This record gives sequence, structure tokens and C-alpha cells, in this order.
Amino acid sequence: MADLVNLTIDEVQVSVPKGTLVIEAAKQAGVLVPHYCYHPGLPVAGVCRMCLVEIEKTPKLQIACATQVAEGMVVKTRSGQAKSGRTGVLELLLINHPLDCPICDQAGECELQDFTFQEGRPSTRYSPTYPKRFNPVEDFGPDVLYVPNRCILCTRCVRFMEDVAKEPVLNVSERGDRAFIGVHPDAQLDHPWSGNVVDLCPVGSLLSKDFLHKARAWELDKTASVCTGCSQGCNVTLDLRDDTVVRIRPRANVEVNRYFICDHGRGHYRWMNRGDRVEAPLVKDGTDLRAVDWDEALDRVRTILQGAGGSAVALVSPKASTEGLYYARKLLARFNWTGAFQVVMGEEAPLSGVPNLALRAERAPNGKGAELLGYSRDYAAALKAAEQAAVVLVIDDPETAVKTSGQVIYLGTAAPASLNASIILPMASMVEEDGTYVNRDGRVQRYFQARGTPAMARPAWWVLGQLTDAAPESASAAFDVMAGDVDAFRGMSYATLGLTGQRTGAGAGVPA
Amino acid sequence: MGYPQKPHPKETVVLSEYFGDPEARTYRGWVKRGGYEALKKALGMDPNAVTEEVKNSGLRGRGGAGFPTGLKWTFMPKEKKGPHYLCVNADESEPGTFKDREIMRWTPHALLEGTAIAAHAIRAEVAYIYIRGEFTEPWTVMTQALAEANAAKVFGNITIHLHRGAGAYICGEETALMNSIEGKRGNPRIKPPFPAVAGVFGKPTTINNVETLAAVPHIIKRGADWYKSLCLSSPKSTGTKLFSVCGHIQKPGNVEVTLGFPLKDVIYEMCGGMRPGRTLKACIPGGSSVPILTREETEKCLLDYEGVAAAGSLLGSGGVIVFDDSADMVYQIMRLARFYAHESCAQCTQCREGTAWTTKIMERILAGKGQMKDLDLLLDLSENMTGKTICVLSDSCATPVISGITKFRSEFEDYITGKKRPVMVA
Repeated sequence: MADLVNLTIDEVQVSVPKGTLVIEAAKQAGVLVPHYCYHPGLPVAGVCRMCLVEIEKTPKLQIACATQVAEGMVVKTRSGQAKSGRTGVLELLLINHPLDCPICDQAGECELQDFTFQEGRPSTRYSPTYPKRFNPVEDFGPDVLYVPNRCILCTRCVRFMEDVAKEPVLNVSERGDRAFIGVHPDAQLDHPWSGNVVDLCPVGSLLSKDFLHKARAWELDKTASVCTGCSQGCNVTLDLRDDTVVRIRPRANVEVNRYFICDHGRGHYRWMNRGDRVEAPLVKDGTDLRAVDWDEALDRVRTILQGAGGSAVALVSPKASTEGLYYARKLLARFNWTGAFQVVMGEEAPLSGVPNLALRAERAPNGKGAELLGYSRDYAAALKAAEQAAVVLVIDDPETAVKTSGQVIYLGTAAPASLNASIILPMASMVEEDGTYVNRDGRVQRYFQARGTPAMARPAWWVLGQLTDAAPESASAAFDVMAGDVDAFRGMSYATLGLTGQRTGAGAGVPA
Repeated sequence: MGYPQKPHPKETVVLSEYFGDPEARTYRGWVKRGGYEALKKALGMDPNAVTEEVKNSGLRGRGGAGFPTGLKWTFMPKEKKGPHYLCVNADESEPGTFKDREIMRWTPHALLEGTAIAAHAIRAEVAYIYIRGEFTEPWTVMTQALAEANAAKVFGNITIHLHRGAGAYICGEETALMNSIEGKRGNPRIKPPFPAVAGVFGKPTTINNVETLAAVPHIIKRGADWYKSLCLSSPKSTGTKLFSVCGHIQKPGNVEVTLGFPLKDVIYEMCGGMRPGRTLKACIPGGSSVPILTREETEKCLLDYEGVAAAGSLLGSGGVIVFDDSADMVYQIMRLARFYAHESCAQCTQCREGTAWTTKIMERILAGKGQMKDLDLLLDLSENMTGKTICVLSDSCATPVISGITKFRSEFEDYITGKKRPVMVA
């Protein structure tokens, strides 16, 4: 345990490790000190001067972001002096600001709006006859626009590119009130992680072209989720407008992705909005597919399974939930079964400034989960085995054309490529269900349901669970059954996974 | 004064003894005048003893802050774990100050000698002399002098580099100067860490002004007690100091006086007083960043750290700017504000936006479009710009505005009421 320092912030006593910054200690006291340039994922700059606080026995106001705690320190963030210092900063930040909130994408999630509302002046003292600083909008790169007029020069973007991405293509150009963020004349802001500057920007100065004018911030429903772009398992928030995913933003998890996600993950939401979904169970009568209700569909599957013997093969998507994959394995347990998943490979793109963080070549969000449940990476072998198998269960892999003499049960979000399935069961995508993924380091992480399922689609664990003796009632129950059954997950519980997950093997009483 | 005028009898000529003497610029000429004896003596001493001697002399930083030099040297780590650096601040850019320029122009070896002694005292193997970009002649003289001194191998194991600035006032701020030496944008750094802990290249660093270091050889050679005896008023201010006198004055130039000398004697006697028919109106005693003094305050003021503070200003860099009764204080202050607005590094909000806004308000007042409430706004804005930023550039802009409005309010009001004709501000 590190040495603890005791201090008082706004009359709340807190104990924090030595070396903690006042701004972080304040969070523990339940106090958010207004700030712009400070960001926990970036080196301290101390330039916006917004987080001015009063510290007893210190003559001048101090910035909370660059001041370390000291034993017995008494911090007053709401004293008259501190407040007037911050009001002064806000007034100055606004004199050259265009106040174009009605057409700004940031409006509603803008820290300049929030803090001005909280402690800014009700009106300006800046003469309307003075011209405001004007610079044209600049195209910084594939997905980033720079609107210099809104910029408050907090330099978060500059520090991100320099110290985190380690590709210093941005700088502060010019001096005084002529200053603006400049991009290297021979470069573009096209680093595979550069989209983070848009999230880091506390105002509407750096904008995503992809999200430009798509939605107002207050129209968005936000859901904690896990990125499906690769096996890194970055924590994200899905932003939905009217049940359509319109944006993915990073969600802080210091163990996995800190505060960042890559541009691949950021853009990896279009598949979630695809329209060609299977909406009802379809059974094959002769050569026709007929929509049926779940009772009939499940009966049909039971009949198929009971009539079959010998070997079974499961061909699964590494985007399927751990719970669904577990119930698939449980269902096929009485067969001589093999399971495999197919991994799409791409280019790896590390974020240099953060250890163990990269867009991974394996674009498989739950490959590790599948592996822990006994699914193999040898997809070709599984396809070969499928030829002789009595039953082939395909989970959400519509690109696979299965050749088999047995029966094909297809559980998926969209219709399969070849229609040789005896039955097609509509499955909820990860956006429409609760569940878990296991990232490449064995971290089990929950994602949450962001919208209802289309028509009759159901989560994989529900569909497959119905076919077992004890159907689980929720993803949570399904996970806990699995934790009681599979060694890798033993000791874990859905409830304690929380919002940031847990490493497999971290639970209590796990055999080595 | 020494150059271009002969020294006034009331001057105490120590640093400026060889101003105007071209032979003193050369290595041989300097040695002939007793140069490098102090360095030889210092290199034979224990570094701590050198520091102790300077500490005892009472020498204080001549760059503006007046921090005791010897004490500053003791902040360097006692146990040397890696390289130590010495930075010499020769980025003299404070409006109204031109003393370091003269030291480098006429006695480059005095600076080099002082630099080497200081480097020895703080156990630095490398010293950087950061010379203002616009100083073309001092640069040439220093380059020549360093080459000659290096050829004579006088510095022992100490390496001295000259580094030329690119023309930014802010690079005279010590941490901005270090960033600039490192090849980065000249932005001041947040302190702590202080330079003695993590300075240039993240290593323990001491930074001293040119005039401070030029005084060091004299202290080593003649002893701390001699230096301490140079004192006319407060015992906390010892030695001599160069004052750069400019503005509405008959004989502008550098004068060297013992600290505690009356400012009025500098203005009226040494520098020949006002132009015929003119009277003194105001004076900025320590470079453009310090409060303006009225005539009464100026005439009472004693030139040492305590004396100028008692008069309501700061000794600063010793740049004495004199205004006679023809001066338009509103215009003068606007020019200063504009300078700071131009030079702000753009890091801190108060400075970036505040200096520019101050300038706009001042310009509007001069254009005859000001309002009475602008004066309160200026004062409030200046208060907001004081003591809240990384460095003191913002404070420096606010200081003349506050003292100007407080002491010369009627001149501002005359523009606002229309009593005075508007000035076209380009």
C-alpha cells in the first residue's frame, strides 16, 4: 500500500496515495473541478488555468491539475476567490468563441457550455464591435475536421499525438491570440488512432466527419459495450439515435484501453445497423422456407437432435457471446463434437504510448472466449469434419457454405449464404443482448443491451438454453451456470464482473 | 557609462570599466587587464567555497527577480548523479533594457569568465549562453571571444556553447529558454519541478543573467567583503548595477551605480535631465514589466531592490524608461500592452486572450470610442491576469495598465470624454 496523504477538499476529508494530483483527489471527495487541458490519459500541461482552486496557506490560486496533495492540505474549490478566478477564465475563453452552439456537433456534450452554465458570467463585457478571431475550417485528415474558431487551445490533441500516439503531426502555431492548432504541412492526421483527438477535444473544435451533423448529443441513448473490431476488447459506449448506432466512443478502462479506441473500432458499427436481418424462425418444408413460431421451431430442432447420432460440428462466429457459445457446447455435449471459429485477419496497429494496446490483427472480439470453451481455430478441419457429421450447428456465420450429409441448424442474425439449412433461427446481435466477451488477455467483459431485438430474434443463449433441461432466464444466469461448469470461468459471477470486467483465473478458488 | 559618453564621476565603475575599449574584447587585451585571474583562482577552489563566497557577497540576480545568486547555486543537488547544466540568460528582451548587450559587446570575456566560474561552482560540465536573436553584434563579439578563449584553453573541463534565439521575448523566461535550447517551442514550463531539479534536458540546471555572472569574477578576485561594502542603502542590496536609461532624457545610455543610489541623480545629473523646457512626468524604473512611478515617486526612489519596492515599483532588470510632460501615457501603455499581446506564448488563457483584449480596449480608448466603464473593465481584467498563469508575462502586461490607470486616470478620461483628440492607432 502506498503512503496515504490526508487532506480536506470542500470540507470533505479524503485519503489518497502520495503524489496524487488535487484534481484527482477532488474526484474522491465527490468534487469535479472544472478543467479543459487536464486529461488523466495525457501528460499535464497546466495551460487552460480553469481548475484554479484556493489552497489554505498558499497566497495565490493554484491549478488543481498540477498541484500534488500534501498532508493536512485544505482545498477550497468553491470559495469566492477560486470561483472568480474560473469565471475570469471562462470569460476570456468565450471572447473569441463564435457561440455557434446551434450548429455545433459538440453542443450538449460540450465542457465549455457546461462550465459556462455552471459558473460563467451571464453576459459578456467584450464589445460586439471587436472582430472575433477567424480562421477557416481545416481538413486535418481522413476523419477529422478542425474548426479553429471554436478552439480553446487546451492542447489535448497536440499532446495526444505527441505523447500517446507518438506521431507529433499537430502543434500550436503562432503566438498570442493568433494561435491555432496546426498540422504538419507534409503530413495528415491519419494515424490509426487519431480519431481520439475528437473525443479528447473538450469543445466542438475537432469533429468527426463520420458523425458530422448526424445527431444532437441529447438525442443519443448511450450503452456500455465492448468493441467488436478486434480481440483487444476495448471498452466502448454505443451511441444510438432511434435504435440506430451512430457513433462508438471509448469508455475508460485503465486495464484495457485506458481512454482510447482506434479508428477501426470507432467505425466498426455499420454491421450493427444492417437491414437484412432474419426476423422469424424459418423451417424448411421441401425446398421452401416457412416462418414458424418459436415453439414449433424449437420442437423441430429437438427432433433433429434426437434423431441424430455420431458426430456433430459447431461452426461459430467469434462475435457470438460467451454464454451462447457455452450453451451450444452444452447442447452438443452428447455427440462426438468439434467446434471451430473463423478469424478474419487484418493489419495490427499499436498505440505506442500505451503498453499492450493495439488494434489486433485478429478481428475476433470473442476468439479467446470460444477457445476457453473448447472451440478450435482450425476452421478448415471443422469444415471437413462437417461433411461427415450428423448435425452441423452454425452460429452467425453467414459467409460459410457448409457441405454436409447431415442436418444444418443455422442460428444467426442474417440469412446464411447457402440455404442448405434445415432450420434458420433468428439471433440477436450483440447490440440487442446482454452478454460477455473474453479479450485476448483472458479478460471477461460484459456488454449491455442497447436496443430491442428485431421481431422474433432472441439471444443465442436463450435459443440454445431452451433446448437444454434447465433454460436460463437471463444472460446473467447463463453466465453463472457456465462459471459453475467450465474451469476457466470458475469462481466468477456476472454481477461482480462490473463495467470493466475481470481476468479469467482471477476469481476465488480456481484450480491452477 | 563608458560608452558612448565617458563615465560620470558619481558612477561606480566595475562592470562597465572597459565599455568603449575595443582592446578589452580580445583575449590578450582582457588578460592584460587582469582577466581570467579570477577563473584561475576559482578553479583552484572547492566548488562549495566558490558558492559560499558569492553567497556572502550578497549578489542578487540582475535579470529581474533579484534572487540571491549564491543561494540559487546551493539548490543544485549536493550529490552529483548525472550531468549538471548552467544556462546563461542573454536573451535580454525586456523593453527599455540594454545592459547585457553592452556587457557582451565590450567585455565578452567578463561574461565567459563568470560563466566558467559559475559552472565550476555548480559542478556543471556544460554551459549554454542563450543570446537574443536580434543581438547580431554581441553574437559576433561573443563568438570571436569564445573561440579565442577556447584556443587558450582557459575553461578546463567546462564546455561553453553559444545558442542564438530566434526572436521571442518569452524565451527570456527561464524555463521557456530551456525549452528553446532543447529545440522545442519556447513555452514556459510549470514549476515545480524547478530547474535545479529538472532543467534543461531534464537535468539539474542553474540559470543566471549575464550581468549577474559578469559580476562574479570581481567577487572572486576582490572578495565578498569588498562587494558587500558596495552598498548605499539597504544591506540586502549590495554591489553595483547597470541601469539602462532611455526615453525623454538628454543623455540616454547605461550608467553603473552602487545599489541604493538615488534615481533622481541618475536622471538629472548623470543623464543630463529632461530636454529643455520639459519636466519629468513618469518613470518606469525596472523594465516595462514593473509599475510606473510618478514624478514624486521617482524623485524619492533609491535604486536598490528595497528602495524601488518602497517607492511602489520593482528594480526589475534596471531598464529606466523616462517620460516627460509631452508623453501620452495612454498611448505608451497601449504600446506596452500591444507588445505583450504580440509576445504571449498562447499557453495560458488569461495571457493569450487577456493581453489581446487589453490592447483592444486601450486602442478603442485612444480612438475616442472608449467608455468610462472601460477603465473598471481594464482594472478587473488586469486583476484577472495577475498571479494566475504559468509565467509572469500576463502579470507584466497587467502591471503598467493598473499603475497607469491608477496614477494617470485623468489622461484616460480625457480621451473618453473627448477632451483630447483621438489618436489613430495603426
